[in-house]
Amino acid sequence: MSDNQGILWEVFVQTKPGLPHKHCGSVHGHDKEMALQNARDLYTRRNEGTNLWIIPASEIVASSPEDIGSFFDPANDKVYRHPTFYKIADGITHM
Amino acid sequence: MTTQEALFNYCLRLADNHLILGHRLSELSSKGPLLEEDIACTNISLDLIGQANALLQYASSVENKGRNEDDLAFLRHERHFYNSLLSEQPNHDFAFTMVKQFLIDAFNFYLFDELKKSKDLTISALATKGHKEITYHLRHSSTWIDRLGLGTDESNKRTQNAINELWRFTDDMFVMDEADKILISEAIAIDLNTIKPKWHNTVNAAFEKANLKIPEKVWMQYGSKQGKHTEHLGFLLAEMQHLHRAYPGVKW
Repeated sequence: MSDNQGILWEVFVQTKPGLPHKHCGSVHGHDKEMALQNARDLYTRRNEGTNLWIIPASEIVASSPEDIGSFFDPANDKVYRHPTFYKIADGITHM
Repeated sequence: MTTQEALFNYCLRLADNHLILGHRLSELSSKGPLLEEDIACTNISLDLIGQANALLQYASSVENKGRNEDDLAFLRHERHFYNSLLSEQPNHDFAFTMVKQFLIDAFNFYLFDELKKSKDLTISALATKGHKEITYHLRHSSTWIDRLGLGTDESNKRTQNAINELWRFTDDMFVMDEADKILISEAIAIDLNTIKPKWHNTVNAAFEKANLKIPEKVWMQYGSKQGKHTEHLGFLLAEMQHLHRAYPGVKW
């Protein structure tokens, strides 16, 4: 095995047209086409998808674990941010 | 030669090309240059062996002598294999492997595209199904030709070296004999002369783009259509057929 496996790419698979692309893992690749082909071979060989996105892992901006408190906790005590006080008409299934 | 004999022979050629190339590529399994490439090559190998399996099943039903696809794959001797000389060449380095794959993928791409129109419905159906996989194989190997040709001085040198070594086996893929003549007249097989210029253009364009050259004045080797092979096929068959011959009818 070579020491240099190429850069890391994150792989997003769309299971059906119209649905959002979901993150499913990562692959190595030295260029875009190679990463795309590798992603195809690793993640879509069993009818998992109809479309692929790959993104260099280094290009993803992520919050860090230390941010959990300041980023996400304030949501807990503000019930008015959730539309739970509205009556929803029958027949509306996904809100 | 009857049409049935010609068709049996023709199916064996198509099947053997895939089976031997697929087996060669499977030798990279767990030894690929990169983890992901290892998986890619194993997948392509599986595609090829799967297509070979279907073609051998059909050959078996055409022959109708009670030999099934396993018998045809594992109990025939070297002189009864009709795969191209190119397909049986050893892998050597990765450039060598990819040049070999590319030359055959491009050939299969045009051959199977034409075979979709075959009057034989089984061949036409198998070609339609197989062509999708082959389209991907060609995409995979041609991007490697690009990458290796335009990579480093070393990768370009090795790729050019592979082309120089392998070119002498390319004409053998296009040889036609009596079986072809019979089947072409019935619109079952295709005239390989019609795909040769397309193949040549594709290969030449890919090489030029990647700063590689087709060698001039090469002495061409022939023989696969008569079952005359290079010294490499016997060793390959010894390994591939060993299990089935040691344990006849073994299943797992």
